[in-house]
Amino acid sequence: MGLQRSEEELAGKSRKAQLVQVSKNYRSVIRACMEDMHQAAVSTRDPALQGQYSTQVSILSAMELIWNLCEILFVEAATAGPLLLRLLDWVRLHVCDVDSMVRDVLGSESPSKHKLFWNVVDIFVLQGRMDEARHLLSKEATANPASMNMYKILDDLMKKMPVPSLSNTQTLTELELKWQHWHEECQRYLQDGTFASNPHMESICKILLGDEDAILEKKELMTTWYHFLVTRLLYSHPTVKPMELRFYAQSSMDLFLGGESSPEPLDLILMAAFEFEMHQVIKECSIVLSNWWFVAHLTDLLDHCKLLQSHNLYFGSNMREFLLLEYASGLFSHHSLWQLGVDYFDHCPEYGRVYLELHIERIPLSTEQKALKVLRICEQRQMHEQVRSICKIMAMKALRNNRLGSALSWSIRAKDAAFATLISDRFLKDYCERGCFSDLDLIDNLGPSMLLSDRLTFLGKYREFHRLYGEQRFAEAARLLLTLMTAHIAPCSFWMTLLTDALPLLEQKEVIFSAEQTYELMRCLEDLTAGNPDKQKFQDDDVETTKVEMLRLALARNLARVIVKEGTVEGS
Amino acid sequence: KCGIVSVQDNRISIWSAGDLGNTGLNGEYHGEPRLLCDIQHNGDVMDMQFLDQERIVVASSTGTVTIFRHHQNNQTLSANHRWDKAHYHVDQDTSCGGAACTGVVCNNPEIVTVGEDGRINLFRADQKDAVRTIDNADSSTLHAVTFLRTTEILTVNSIGQLKIWDLRHQRNEPSQIFSLAGDRVPLHCVDRHPNQQHIVATGGQDGMLSIWDIRQGTMPVSLLNAHEAEMWEVHFHPSDPDHLFTCSEDGSLWHWDTSTNVSEKPSFLHQGGRSTAYLSHSTINQSVVSAWLSNDPTKDRMEITNLIPNQTLSVNSLDVLGPCLVYGTDAEAIYVNRQLFA
Repeated sequence: MGLQRSEEELAGKSRKAQLVQVSKNYRSVIRACMEDMHQAAVSTRDPALQGQYSTQVSILSAMELIWNLCEILFVEAATAGPLLLRLLDWVRLHVCDVDSMVRDVLGSESPSKHKLFWNVVDIFVLQGRMDEARHLLSKEATANPASMNMYKILDDLMKKMPVPSLSNTQTLTELELKWQHWHEECQRYLQDGTFASNPHMESICKILLGDEDAILEKKELMTTWYHFLVTRLLYSHPTVKPMELRFYAQSSMDLFLGGESSPEPLDLILMAAFEFEMHQVIKECSIVLSNWWFVAHLTDLLDHCKLLQSHNLYFGSNMREFLLLEYASGLFSHHSLWQLGVDYFDHCPEYGRVYLELHIERIPLSTEQKALKVLRICEQRQMHEQVRSICKIMAMKALRNNRLGSALSWSIRAKDAAFATLISDRFLKDYCERGCFSDLDLIDNLGPSMLLSDRLTFLGKYREFHRLYGEQRFAEAARLLLTLMTAHIAPCSFWMTLLTDALPLLEQKEVIFSAEQTYELMRCLEDLTAGNPDKQKFQDDDVETTKVEMLRLALARNLARVIVKEGTVEGS
Repeated sequence: KCGIVSVQDNRISIWSAGDLGNTGLNGEYHGEPRLLCDIQHNGDVMDMQFLDQERIVVASSTGTVTIFRHHQNNQTLSANHRWDKAHYHVDQDTSCGGAACTGVVCNNPEIVTVGEDGRINLFRADQKDAVRTIDNADSSTLHAVTFLRTTEILTVNSIGQLKIWDLRHQRNEPSQIFSLAGDRVPLHCVDRHPNQQHIVATGGQDGMLSIWDIRQGTMPVSLLNAHEAEMWEVHFHPSDPDHLFTCSEDGSLWHWDTSTNVSEKPSFLHQGGRSTAYLSHSTINQSVVSAWLSNDPTKDRMEITNLIPNQTLSVNSLDVLGPCLVYGTDAEAIYVNRQLFA
């Protein structure tokens, strides 16, 4: 089904040939499915299943029959002359199963005595397979020397029958003239009673003359009205033009069915095709076939042949697009075929994108790998909203499962700063509750992704502060701590914690904070306590008040020490 | 004969890739792979590896790890052993609490698995329970695992870190952490040079191939811009490690060739069109320094070839052994290339 994409690249003079090739490819796909289905039907033991498979096989075979006819009439648009040849091929390929009969007859010891012998000869003649018919007839002649004369004449007539050729060696007019002569010759032999003694041969001669009754007698062999149609055309109007088909088709069907039975859906579809009513064909097929595959692809092919007029449906899109959208939507419910659906939507210019946007968000994301594939598809098509929403879903899932690293990774992919902030808050909350960091491997190695959100940056820097402290690099740690507050990287809620972290640094034997830094710290503390609106609550909380007092004390002491230290002139 | 294991509609299948001797002029269309046997599998197959001649370990998206046995006498597959819930999330709201098992590596009888739950499991083929489990080994998803030495493993995760774990130690910390310099792009695959164990290759979500020397530094030695989308698998050729293969979501499969005799260029004439690019990247000092590590641009070049002429959907997985290359795509197709170095 990647034919869809290759079709888009077709252009130029050889377009028709390519389109025919594409059509043939589709048909071989159908045939391959038929084969598989047939194998399955043959090998299964369950009768219900076997019935199912057999039904499938017959549906597929009908599909191929219809497609083939459409290919001849619409895609290849065979003209008078070659048209008949193509139709003959079509009949030979699809309509009745001659092969087994032929095998039986040829395999027997004396074929001409076989009870099916004349059936086989007749069917060869009905299908225009002259050489094979003549070959069989020669066996009859050798077995029955009395009829040698008749045989020779019949053989000669069959050999001389003019047929349309695929190459341009003769014009239609030439063909018609030749055919007329030949027809008259056959007529003469019949009227002379040459074949009177052998009814079989006489009936063959009548068939050659296009005698409808004679042909209709062989109804059982032909099995279908369209076979009858083609045989009629072969022997009465070999130069039939495409547009004339409809008349012959209608009359053939009437004659064949003879009022006994009514046409089946398949018959109606084929009739619509002969009448060149493409829309009717598609409509009938949609009704009969349960799966959209056939109509969607056939319509698409016909559209590429520029055969479908823009038949606007009431909601504005055209038929081809409508069918493709329906088909592709169906694909999306399948767990692995949804990727193909994407391609189909891509090739629907009007509504494809909208459909894709809606469907892609609803694909169940059972594993991260699947989510990644979906994301890649969205990113390639600049579907940013969908990217964000999918990443958010995955990040939320990860967060719920306590996979903070995964959650962060998804927010980085979506460049979702808000979510990164959420994750950082989670980390900080954990820290406050437990007094230590979880997932150090993540926080220690944030790298440039730290800059995605302020809170994340703070988290990284805060962890760095702890590391510096642990490595006893106090001066650097102190500087970092101060920066965190003064540069407003730290959220206000965290300032108290930071100041408390500053305590041990203040209490060190060695003076770490400079005078300026101490003033800064004091200012921060005052900002914090002054800014707090609910002074009542603040004062009630003993721990908090104690902390503040201790801080004030420590800051004051540090200030004292540092003023002295800085005031002292070194080494003088 | 190559044996290929494939997944179709969540079945594990074993195919025979045909006789190696049955090749014509092109060696392409002879001996189509035949399906030998298959068996149902629950969940998507995330990774699989042969444990020995007959057994295959399969990692599932449901978090289960299963050992299948291939009975060659009657061509059937059976499930030999299963570790349910090898990987799981704690939250019961998610689907049965299952977390996908994303990677498996075997060194008979040991099996190591990693998953979306950040867990590392060490199993032995004959033991019912896990020998060792490292819970929360990683705060993000572990995408792949491979053996560095018999007692050490390498893992890659979705925040772009390569970690070495020493299984002899009881502490649940990696012995070393490496990471990419810039953005923490998730790493999806990892492989180790077969002969020179300090050389490691990883592939990332941005399609970049990184080569690391784990003896020195914490950052990659080289970064090679390769694919346009996630690189799903990377493999050194097991017997000819101057050759490296990578496959990607963008539908291409690249063959990286640093073999020094570029004058006797191997011709990769299969499957029609090829696109080649040259990178000056390797050295002639073959015996001591591997071609992968060197940065001398004046010396020999590396040849890179895309082995897929009509790329469409993602190539999810590949494997290489001798002259055979096998790869599978999202188009439900498996390809076998039997004359890699023709």
